[in-house]
Amino acid sequence: MSTPPTPAAGHSVGVSPHWSKGHDAPHRDLHSSTPSHSTEHLLATASEGSTCSSVSRVSERTYLDAASAEPMHPAAREMLLSAVDSGWADPVRLHHEGRTARLLVDNARAVLAEAVGVRPDELYLTTSGTAAIQSGLTAVRAARSRVGATIVHSAVEHSAVLRTAGEAAAEVGVDRLGRVELDAFTDAVRRPGVAVAALQSANHEVGTRQPIEAAAAAAGDVPLFVDASASVGHDVVPTGWSVLAASAHKWGGPAGIGLLAVKKGTRIAPAWPMDEREDGLSPGFPNVPNALAAAAALQARLAEAEELDKRHRAWIDEVRRRVAADIPDVEVVGDPDDRLPHILTFSCLYVDGEALVTALDAEGFAVSSGSACTSSTLRPSHVLAAMGVLTHGNVRVSLGRDTTHDEVQRFCAVLPGLVQRIRAEVGM
Amino acid sequence: MNVDLDCRGLLCPLPVIKLAKTLPTVAVGDTVTVLADDPAAATDIPAWCRMRSQELVSAGEDQYVVRRVS
Repeated sequence: MSTPPTPAAGHSVGVSPHWSKGHDAPHRDLHSSTPSHSTEHLLATASEGSTCSSVSRVSERTYLDAASAEPMHPAAREMLLSAVDSGWADPVRLHHEGRTARLLVDNARAVLAEAVGVRPDELYLTTSGTAAIQSGLTAVRAARSRVGATIVHSAVEHSAVLRTAGEAAAEVGVDRLGRVELDAFTDAVRRPGVAVAALQSANHEVGTRQPIEAAAAAAGDVPLFVDASASVGHDVVPTGWSVLAASAHKWGGPAGIGLLAVKKGTRIAPAWPMDEREDGLSPGFPNVPNALAAAAALQARLAEAEELDKRHRAWIDEVRRRVAADIPDVEVVGDPDDRLPHILTFSCLYVDGEALVTALDAEGFAVSSGSACTSSTLRPSHVLAAMGVLTHGNVRVSLGRDTTHDEVQRFCAVLPGLVQRIRAEVGM
Repeated sequence: MNVDLDCRGLLCPLPVIKLAKTLPTVAVGDTVTVLADDPAAATDIPAWCRMRSQELVSAGEDQYVVRRVS
């Protein structure tokens, strides 16, 4: 195998969303029978492709959207580059190359399994967190079809859980902080016909932790499915669950790797065409290099976890305090203490969420929003709606491992003026 | 007394902005009835009442009745 193409090295920036629309050349080159070896056009960046005149600001970017995606952890990047060269073969083959790939994926599995508290043979690698949720929930539900098809879930689960639960769902409400109503959950899970109960470890939008141990106790014989995508790598993994899903890109691993941990004794029945991979839970050729990178990222992340937890908790506390003090008519949401370390969400009255995200972006700050006008459906975040908190003017700030205190302070200093300006534009 | 406020077809945060501008024009104890079909209004009008300490008399069927308390 040759070494990876050099243009990829030294760039962690994403491929511009514009290139696929604006240039036909990459497609032609990729499909040409005499391919060009130049891949530079694949790495066109937003600063080159956008019409933004203020290119200088790109170098002063402050990225506060780690809960959506983080740059790959340096340990993962290093691992990926070497694993691309050594772990490309088919791990189910018996030849030397295949056994090498098998050894590597076994190593990755052992590290990832230990991190979420299961044995290696209880951990399956999937193609994303969403795929882990869909296949895991579906396979557990199918195995309990004699009992029933109902999936009990909180109202603030990730949309992948809501979509998988579909019609046969029993939704349980949450309180103003976003925490599931445990009495209602207990009542719902003990009704006849429940195949599986789904509860996230912590909420991906507001950071509030869910009472997993108590929910597991309430569920009794009903398997508890925990979507831990928001928390693995950032917070302690809860106990008591039967099945757990997670996603590598949320802890600085590569995209395209999800984890599905199924505790022994939990019956699963995949209801799709199965192959010999991952006991049928994730069909198709495995991405061994990405699995290794995911494991390297999580291992490195856990080594830093204590320090990052301390830092992020203190800084999120600071943002919470300053946003509430410096901006009138703002609702800071989520549990202030029993929460993920790195996420804070707040909503500003009379402010268009899209306008605020765009204004912050122009000032160099990347944040996300659960407001309706920032969604493709014009529906506000189902999480904020279920909590009964203000959905417009919403901003989620999430800190990454590279975030500095200076960046957090600058965000707190810039935000009030932007909110004031947007309010003034509508006469408020 | 009641004032009707037709916000049908308006997207968030406009219905809440219009409510905030209209409520001070009615007397304390009077109501504003907001007609709003934006899905976000179902959460945001009750949230506004809570944040601004005004009374949500009723909500449903794209219609929200708010009483000026202060």
